[in-house]
Amino acid sequence: MAKTLFDKVWDQHVVRENDDGSTLLYIDRHLVHEVTSPQAFEGLRLAGRKPWRPAAAVATPDHNVPTVDRSRGIADPVSRQQVEALDANCREFGILEFGMQDERQGIVHVVGPEQGLTLPGMTVVCGDSHTSTHGAFGAIAMGIGTSEVEHVLATQCLIQKKPKLMRITIDGPLPLGVTGKDMALFIIGRIGTAGGTGHAIEFAGEAVRALSMEGRMSLCNMAIEAGARCGMVAVDEVTLDYVRNRPFAPKGELWDAAERAWRALYSDPDAHFDRELRFDAAEIEPQVSWGTSPEMVVPVTGRVPAPEEAANEVQAASWRRALEYMDLKPHTPITEIQVDKVFIGSCTNGRIEDLRAAAHVVRGRHVAENVRLAMAVPGSGLVKRQAEAEGLDKVFIEAGFEWREPGCSMCLAMNADRLEPGERCASTSNRNFEGRQGMGGRTHLVSPAMAAAAAIAGHFVDVRNWQEEQ
Amino acid sequence: MQAFTQLEGIVVPLDRANVDTDAIIPKQFLKSIKRTGYGPYLFDEWRYEDRGEPGMDCTHRPKRKDFVLNQPRYRGASILLAGENFGCGSSREHAPWALLDYGFRCIIAPSFADIFYNNCFKNGILPIVLPAETVRRLMEACEAQEGYRLRIDLQAQTVTTPSGEVLHFEIDAFRKHCLLNGLDDIGLTLQHADEIRAYEARRKQEAPWLFMRA
Ligand code: SF4
Repeated sequence: MAKTLFDKVWDQHVVRENDDGSTLLYIDRHLVHEVTSPQAFEGLRLAGRKPWRPAAAVATPDHNVPTVDRSRGIADPVSRQQVEALDANCREFGILEFGMQDERQGIVHVVGPEQGLTLPGMTVVCGDSHTSTHGAFGAIAMGIGTSEVEHVLATQCLIQKKPKLMRITIDGPLPLGVTGKDMALFIIGRIGTAGGTGHAIEFAGEAVRALSMEGRMSLCNMAIEAGARCGMVAVDEVTLDYVRNRPFAPKGELWDAAERAWRALYSDPDAHFDRELRFDAAEIEPQVSWGTSPEMVVPVTGRVPAPEEAANEVQAASWRRALEYMDLKPHTPITEIQVDKVFIGSCTNGRIEDLRAAAHVVRGRHVAENVRLAMAVPGSGLVKRQAEAEGLDKVFIEAGFEWREPGCSMCLAMNADRLEPGERCASTSNRNFEGRQGMGGRTHLVSPAMAAAAAIAGHFVDVRNWQEEQ
Repeated sequence: MQAFTQLEGIVVPLDRANVDTDAIIPKQFLKSIKRTGYGPYLFDEWRYEDRGEPGMDCTHRPKRKDFVLNQPRYRGASILLAGENFGCGSSREHAPWALLDYGFRCIIAPSFADIFYNNCFKNGILPIVLPAETVRRLMEACEAQEGYRLRIDLQAQTVTTPSGEVLHFEIDAFRKHCLLNGLDDIGLTLQHADEIRAYEARRKQEAPWLFMRA
């Protein structure tokens, strides 16, 4: 029978089917960070349980770590306690950890793929919704809550109901200046933040195939913002080239065997999806979110919408609320919106390619006077090292950016990096919820090149105009 | 986990769509390494005028009068009526922990975000999906009548209004069973330990690269 990519990976991980239609699903890789794990480890201890297969787990602190000089540790005692708890738990339970002083430390969704700990065809979980990122490798990758973190630690399995399957196909070549991030925002703008609820989404089509692994990761990263359980992309040469020679990837004969298995990870031509959507890549422009939900997004050539244009009263009410929170007037051209801060980083856009794209825009230019802070935060220590080897740190610093240590940083502002009330930020992260980047802060989601251009101009600009000049 | 069988309680209408987990419990409170103590900070940015910090004593913080939770008529509520896509955003289980710690045992909405929905069951909270029109009607009734209460019966899968109207809801059998009995599903899964081991042995042959040490 013809199978989808999701079916293939799922079927290989079924330990048993329960009578009620749920499945006991085996988990190959468990990524762990400091925020959602302490209560799970505590639960194990209280129940006198041991991890089922500690070698399947890997941990790194990311949410709380400072992005400035780390030699003196973490100043905030509460953050410090959480990071120390992770260190202690990993030691006690025998779990590999890339600690704060390890160069391999970084945002867990950047570190997993970078180390070859995320492999095609795996089931990957993490107590973090953006685990969907790893689906870019043709893996089933899902965010879970802390109780499930404990469940996976104790049993190496999860109790799951098979989600419905959706395929989103983007036809045609991706236009110049349009990235995986724009594709993600465009899709969410069309289907809404609940558009994928209950579904696993497979992204397909020429434009998706044309994305690098980095671009595919940005796309799958934001599948959760469309409400989906996970996002996936089929395995191809791009996937294999990325994985080959990563530190934890199989080598030699083991690689050959793995590669043979991985090459089968695509949806059969006549496989069945519960829902199919198609878009034309030519329709996609650089996107800028204007509101407090990732679905409140328009092309950079557009304007802030008016509540009267909403599809229904519920939407109009949330638009009114968002306009008020964002302090924006309907019909304002996006390019007239000024920004106070710029953040380049996060698990959506903190990879080397993202930093290259942003550096390319800022090279030889300077941050506008009205921009109080522009920061570039690499997604991991190794991304940072690579960027420095390419001289990108100097490009950013000369343009007036701050160059920081790796971590989640201002994506969610759990450390000292945050917006002050009323501040407006061009951000390459994934969530523009109220207060996400600091209480009262106003977030506009964009691609790295668009964020960089906003930093230089002091307001949003269509980066395609700049790229043509160059 | 506390079992859930029946519940009768005061209802709070939170008439907003897409309430996200950052709103339910802002990130600064995620630094705690406990499962309890989040109740005073539930909906912190909507509830208080000032910026909340972990460990803060909330009794004297200035409250936003217009926020529903601050209205005296809803004091002691245990049922939350909410808009569509409730609990979207992050996977933080701190969201259900905060709702539970505040006193909510049941949330009724037209739809929930997947991870949040799942997390509720692990903490003895019953999330109920009812049609959007029904939720709207309940919200209006609740706003119109002070002391409005609903009665929930999980075994019968019903919500009963003060006027005696009985609304049926769907729930999956396994989740219902666990919630009714307060079961810890790790214990249940470990009953299948032999099957997990057999799976691993077979899989190690098929795909040995998945068993390399991290
Ligand atoms: S970068 Fe942001 S979205 Fe990604 S894991 Fe960190 S906090 Fe979550």
